[in-house]
Amino acid sequence: MDTSISSVTPLVRLSHVSKSFGPVQVLKDVTLEMHRGEVLCLAGENGAGKSTLIKILTGAIPRDAGEYLIDGKDAGSPSPSQARALGVGVVYQELSLLPEVSVEENLLMGHLPATGGVVNRRELRAHAARMLERVGLNSVNPAALISELPVATRQMVEIAKVLGANARIVIFDEPTTALSEADAQHLLRLINRLKTEEGVAVLYVTHRLEEIFEIGDRITVLRDGQFITTAPTSEFTHDSLIRSMVGRQIEALYPKREEKRFGKVVLSVQGLRLQGSPYPINLEVRAGEIVGLGGLVGAGRTETVRAIFGADPHGTGKVFVDGKPLRSGSPADAVKAGLGLLTEDRKELGILADLSIRENVTIADLSEVTRAGVISRGQEVSLVTRLVPRLRLKYHSTEQPISSLSGGNQQKVLLSRWLATRAKVLLLDEPTKGVDVGAKADIYTIIGDLATRGLGIVVVSSYLPELLGICDRVIVLHDFGVTGELSIEEATEEAVLRLASSTPVMMTA
Amino acid sequence: MATASSAPQPSQQPLETPQAAVQEQSTPISLGRESGGILVLLIFIAVLILTTNDFLTLTNLDNLIRQVAVFAILSVGQLFVILTGGIDLSVGSILGLSGGVTALLLASGVPIPITILVGLLAGLATGLVNGVLVTRLKLPPFIATLGMLGVARGLVLLWTGAKTIAPLPDAFNNIANGFILGLPSLFWILILVTIVAAFVLGRTVFGRYVYAVGSNAESARLSGVPVNLVLLAVYSISGLLAGFAGILTTSRLGAGIPTAGTGYELQAIAGAVIGGASLSGAKGRTIGAVLGALIMGLLANGGNLLAIDPFYLQIAIGLLIILAVYFDHLQGLSFNLMRRAA
Repeated sequence: MDTSISSVTPLVRLSHVSKSFGPVQVLKDVTLEMHRGEVLCLAGENGAGKSTLIKILTGAIPRDAGEYLIDGKDAGSPSPSQARALGVGVVYQELSLLPEVSVEENLLMGHLPATGGVVNRRELRAHAARMLERVGLNSVNPAALISELPVATRQMVEIAKVLGANARIVIFDEPTTALSEADAQHLLRLINRLKTEEGVAVLYVTHRLEEIFEIGDRITVLRDGQFITTAPTSEFTHDSLIRSMVGRQIEALYPKREEKRFGKVVLSVQGLRLQGSPYPINLEVRAGEIVGLGGLVGAGRTETVRAIFGADPHGTGKVFVDGKPLRSGSPADAVKAGLGLLTEDRKELGILADLSIRENVTIADLSEVTRAGVISRGQEVSLVTRLVPRLRLKYHSTEQPISSLSGGNQQKVLLSRWLATRAKVLLLDEPTKGVDVGAKADIYTIIGDLATRGLGIVVVSSYLPELLGICDRVIVLHDFGVTGELSIEEATEEAVLRLASSTPVMMTA
Repeated sequence: MATASSAPQPSQQPLETPQAAVQEQSTPISLGRESGGILVLLIFIAVLILTTNDFLTLTNLDNLIRQVAVFAILSVGQLFVILTGGIDLSVGSILGLSGGVTALLLASGVPIPITILVGLLAGLATGLVNGVLVTRLKLPPFIATLGMLGVARGLVLLWTGAKTIAPLPDAFNNIANGFILGLPSLFWILILVTIVAAFVLGRTVFGRYVYAVGSNAESARLSGVPVNLVLLAVYSISGLLAGFAGILTTSRLGAGIPTAGTGYELQAIAGAVIGGASLSGAKGRTIGAVLGALIMGLLANGGNLLAIDPFYLQIAIGLLIILAVYFDHLQGLSFNLMRRAA
């Protein structure tokens, strides 16, 4: 532990905190200190115990052992409202605002100014305006509905709400996941201002290592529920931070595939038009090839893979899998033909949260484990246990619900769903979104292995190093059309970005 | 096994997955969500045996099983729909419709097997219409089946002129009043329905799809599950079982009563819910739905034996539903804490 700062009383001190859920110990003897006017970054992979630690700080769950001091005084085991009264506030990745309610009411929800149960509109307005001003949202109309605001502004309103409750200790849990680069920068500037001007103690949790180095004063690293280290940011390098988070050396994040051998064309898309776009999209993917779809958010990449898969009916265009035409608008047919789609939104469009790992793996192709419509449980289990070892999946039993896994592990289960089918082509939409760095490396390895096995793979990614790191060819989209295609040798970040803002070319089939 | 098994081995370090994890697969027969129901059931039975002299008599048990069978069959049908996250409010009316149609045909001299077939088809068709309303017109199941509740009841009242159809042939009346191997025929019919439903839900591809749709219909669709077909099927099954229950009711009463089954939809839902089904879908089992119906039947039966005011019984059943869901909610809470662990 860092002893150099023990002379000052920290604003928050958690010491030797442990927590178990049933037989699973998720936190072991973890110590953490937060100081006024300082940003402490909490780093660790999914499942390292960050969320649990945050919940203990906010009083959402009680701890089993250890001390919790605020201002040097024992905070006991506070309830969420007691923690709030002590000045602890959290900004979550998923917003807690009510979309069909006005900004001002959202800001003061739970303690609306009222006389005899009747809301005092004028005071509400004034109070809300002050809170908005604090985060630099002077231009937002307090009477506007949350649903009318862009996502980035909503995030700011959320922060205003958290701060408004007199928060001195603010926890940011992955706040930039849903934000664009510019909005994320705006948020980081705001956090900096809160820290320097108001002396707020900030705990910042993110998967984006760049942000940690940009904003963090100190870093506390957790791994497998254990405290690993705390040190000023300057004592870490990108690599040393990853090493202490993962606990193993990740030699190459993007694996080298030994021999690339491309076979015949397994996916051919001809004249596909998205939502009445004037630009028909043509593309081909060969067996053993990884093709990247690049472009800015909103360029039509997700729409393209969804249309290919038949998730949304598309009017014009033909899709051929292994030379056979695919009927539009039927994912069931697409799966039968040998397509697989890993969606960007894992929670809403990927996992079957109530079902077990086993059931989630086998759902896309039960024919392997079925005779005359009857599922053989034994064959199912052996299929799953044969698939999962390749995934470096952390789990207790194939019977546990998939929702009990961390994001990276859920993603691996979803990947194995398509490993279990006889897929010829996989469409992977942001396969490492919200996934920690260790699981990322695993997922890249799996993708590489799949290509080596002769699958054709399409990867959509907003993260350019990833796209350039794993793909053999990059197709760039803009405005629902193809603006160009780059072989991996030509593909640089600049080249992709240039294409990402050019006008689509009219392709002929 | 296709390509899946022949993949390259992981290239790097040994796995972190503890191998022990793989061995603990053999799930013990879990009472799971039904354990509460079984407990309540045993307590009821114990209390009734201790406090009444008549409970264990053959006449009473015979009576009990005849009362419960119809509700249990409805609950099982309802369970299929509830598992997909839907609800079927029309089962009481479908019961009346199928029973009424069968009785009308019997009264006009149509051979018994054909009347039964037509009665079953009426239930199936009505359920199918529910399914079409839900999948094609995208109506919320509550609304679609609420509409059907009115339509089906109206039809049977119209066709029968709101009059009871009697007498019916003895051969038909014997179906639900007879005995097989010394036990009421309805008992065997209920066992058969339960076994078939449990098998379909627990072991077949279709059953797996039902749970998948209830967990997240869009995720299921993108995994290649034919969601609309599954939904059409569950509403058809619910309709078919309600029709079957209607025929049995007509046979048991020896008459086609156009108002038969009024309010039964709530009994059916209550049975499934008391038996552990979650209205948000994907949770619940056949045996639970049957247990739920049995518990409600026992309450009514026991109340009768103990000469408790039936109004109190109604209150008791209401409280039971609330308690059952509350305990399930508590279980869900502790489960949520568990799942945060990983």
